[in-house]
Amino acid sequence: MSLKAFHIVFIIFSTLLALGTSAWCIWVDLIVGGPVYLTGAIASLVVATALMVYGFWFWRKMKRLRLIT
Amino acid sequence: MEIPYTVSTRPDTGLWNAKVGIWLFLASEVMLFGGLFSAYIFLRIDAPPGTWPRGVLNVPVGTFNTSILIISSVMVVLAWASLKMRRYRAYWWYMLGTILCGIVFLVIKLGYEWPLDYVHFGAYIKPEALGKYEQYLGNAYAAEKDLPPRLEITGHLHNQAALKDPNIKEYEVALDPLNAYPTNPEVDRPHFFPLPVTDKIAKIEKEDVERATMFLPTHSTYFASYFTITGLHGAHVLGGVLVFIYLWLPVSKRLYQSNPEHLANRVEVAGLFWHFVDLIWIFVFPLFYLL
Repeated sequence: MSLKAFHIVFIIFSTLLALGTSAWCIWVDLIVGGPVYLTGAIASLVVATALMVYGFWFWRKMKRLRLIT
Repeated sequence: MEIPYTVSTRPDTGLWNAKVGIWLFLASEVMLFGGLFSAYIFLRIDAPPGTWPRGVLNVPVGTFNTSILIISSVMVVLAWASLKMRRYRAYWWYMLGTILCGIVFLVIKLGYEWPLDYVHFGAYIKPEALGKYEQYLGNAYAAEKDLPPRLEITGHLHNQAALKDPNIKEYEVALDPLNAYPTNPEVDRPHFFPLPVTDKIAKIEKEDVERATMFLPTHSTYFASYFTITGLHGAHVLGGVLVFIYLWLPVSKRLYQSNPEHLANRVEVAGLFWHFVDLIWIFVFPLFYLL
């Protein structure tokens, strides 16, 4: 497996972690309540979205790079 | 002597040699960390109620360190891509960014997070003495609320000498909120930011204590697993940083000038190792910090 393929695998796992962290924040918010957990859940979702966007950008860029090199 | 297949691929494997080597190495690493994670999971499943510490790590700091490692992975792959495009200057900056991320991670882990644990103290109370310390444990309340039993009193140890001096008969502990106000539901919850130690002091007689240590590997299987796995992971991060420093120094520029593809392959191998180390952290963070 090349570095670029492993990087995409890594980004997938990082996205899953961000989604999991968001779920954890929502779970704690249901038990405890408080703005910090809701903020954490939203921030984690934003990070997960950003990682997905980055993953697609990277995949397309690498495809293009392979054509160049 | 020239090492063969550093750039071109071997006809039998279809790969250059270092790539075969790094994947064999990573396979052995999977077995190493896989064994440790399995041990952690089985120790946790088998832990008697009330003996597994929860919510003792700083989640925001762990989250920040996770972000640092993700950013470093992005940087190392961009460094490699820059080399492939023969942009050495961009490679140099991305590699510097990766090195700095690794150093920041290590400083936070070893210089901030670990020392926070060293200063924390925990005393597991003998079963027959639990009633004596009910005001700090609140086991009647815990049973009423269907919470796990509380067997430990934690906080900052005021008389550190008590750990070694047999003539000192009691521990003086500035209590954690859970032990200072054991029936307050506000403190008996997972907390994003750890609650600070209170001013309330408890005196715990040594003869009532089953075992007492600072938050070190000797404290519990939780901390033994935590320090083993995060320590081993930290050693891998340090190794990665050292390799990246070598690949960033002027000595590598000479290789770039003579054979840029060879340097790109070296960076790819180091990048694969770095991604593996970061992937390990992706599992460490939820296991130790969140669950």
